[in-house]
Amino acid sequence: MNTQRSDAGVAFHPASAPDFLPRRELAKLQLERLQKVVRRAYEKVPLFRQRMEARGLRPDAVKGLPDLARLPFTVKADLRDTYPFGLFASSMDEVVRLHASSGTTGKPIVVAYTAADLQVWTSVMVRALAAAGLGKGDVLQNAYGYGLFTGGLGAHYGGEALGATVIPISGGNTERQLMVLQDFGVTAICCTPSYMIHLIERARDAKIGFGKLRVGVFGAEPWSDGMREYIQAEAGIRAHDIYGLSEIIGPGVGVECVHRDGLHVFEDHFYPEIVDPETGEVLPDGVEGELVLTTLSKEAMPMIRYRTRDITALQAEPCPCGRTLRRIRRIGRRSDDMFIIRGVNVFPSQVETALLQVEGTLPHYQIVLTREKGLDEMEVQVEVTAGFFSDEIRGLQALQHELETAVDHVIGLRVKVTLVAPKTLARSEGKAKRVVDQRNI
Amino acid sequence: MQIRQLSLFLENKPGQLRIPAKVLGDAGIDILTMSLADTHQFGILRLVVKDTDRARAVLEDAGVVVNVTDVLAVDVPDRPGGLASVLEAFENAGLGIEYMYPFATRERGRYATLLFRLEDPAKAASLLQQHGVRLVSPAELFARAG
Repeated sequence: MNTQRSDAGVAFHPASAPDFLPRRELAKLQLERLQKVVRRAYEKVPLFRQRMEARGLRPDAVKGLPDLARLPFTVKADLRDTYPFGLFASSMDEVVRLHASSGTTGKPIVVAYTAADLQVWTSVMVRALAAAGLGKGDVLQNAYGYGLFTGGLGAHYGGEALGATVIPISGGNTERQLMVLQDFGVTAICCTPSYMIHLIERARDAKIGFGKLRVGVFGAEPWSDGMREYIQAEAGIRAHDIYGLSEIIGPGVGVECVHRDGLHVFEDHFYPEIVDPETGEVLPDGVEGELVLTTLSKEAMPMIRYRTRDITALQAEPCPCGRTLRRIRRIGRRSDDMFIIRGVNVFPSQVETALLQVEGTLPHYQIVLTREKGLDEMEVQVEVTAGFFSDEIRGLQALQHELETAVDHVIGLRVKVTLVAPKTLARSEGKAKRVVDQRNI
Repeated sequence: MQIRQLSLFLENKPGQLRIPAKVLGDAGIDILTMSLADTHQFGILRLVVKDTDRARAVLEDAGVVVNVTDVLAVDVPDRPGGLASVLEAFENAGLGIEYMYPFATRERGRYATLLFRLEDPAKAASLLQQHGVRLVSPAELFARAG
């Protein structure tokens, strides 16, 4: 074992062993698995085969890991176009589980798992939870939604295999969440970060604390460092970011270790590349671009060079925890939740950064885009809290102006900030809805 | 000498004023006086009640954003020129007024009571008294309101 490992006092879980493979051994394993999965996809998935043939490629073109860059990309539209089962590489009698993700437009996308796929998924979730400092003896409140969404069952089986006590409470019913959290001696929670903030607000209203809770593992939507600080301070916990997507496996593609400086990607199962979102060209470590993932061991639905639309960079520098797995920087934005207003590209995370800069606020907000007489308008609705409510009209107008200026500085666009009464913006039990586009483009 | 005033944030849209009025009514809290400052987008409702803390609690439970602000109650001679003479005292004491509004009841025929928001209410109170301005204590004010 690596003697330089420092997990800040966190016990080592045997399932974490692959996290510490020497890079050379890891690369060897990755290549073996890559060659196998490319061959499988070529033989079993007509769309992938056609695209390979169009480029004059056969599976044996993959002689080394760099050859991956020659293979065609897979995009989300491919899953929709082949709905429901068109990208499956296993027959239905080998498929033991289906999940589906709610598409924002039209049909959902459907993903499949063989028994071996489920084992891989569970193993990476065990490693993810262990890296976050959890183990036997922890009581895990799993507030991810159970059902077609991968979050619930992914965290559930990972938590059980880790040896923790799992409470399958699923999402929603905030009162019951807070009661269980207190009464069952919960030490760890899994949910979306926006739902955790909702729990914090409701706990404050009810004047109750977070009992024994010490760790939160939050994912399924981008969240800022400001949100992390707020969650950590308000709930008195360590907050970890976890990354995953159903197209690849669900949660458990990557996670932050106790040092929380980037998310370790479980590279023995998911091969990460960063590409230029415009040209598709592979970028070196450290350079920001779109994350592209290849599943190295998936049977039922191999994904070769899947475009995640998530913008990040790979960090190859060694982590103090001793894991040899490269890390991705926390994902602040996606290349497709970007919206364009008056010719300016805007990401909701930029607006959040601006709002956080205005002292003492972690507001609930919503961006509303409208079009009046052909002109696009962007309005940021911000909920007023007692903390920054001024008794004077000019105080509130100054706050409004300050928020408008902060947004202007970050995105270079004058927008309208509207102060709204607390709890008037839609609260999420799942993912926060940050942008309402009423432009009917 | 300060009167504790409740300030409520309201969005400027139909029905917003009724919510706090109903919440206070249901809790059996009497509004002694109030004033509404508004812009096209939002408003601040300022009101005085006897039981400020309980009013604040029920309003917050109803999801209303509330602050408590200290104001001064000043008796102004109820005759032409009465207000000007009091304001002259303010000026002489070097005090700026943030806002003011009348208290709903008055000492009939003798004084009208106005509520003033000043920058430093405690300091302003002693300065105004030195300048011969009649301040009304919370107890007296509530007694007048019945």
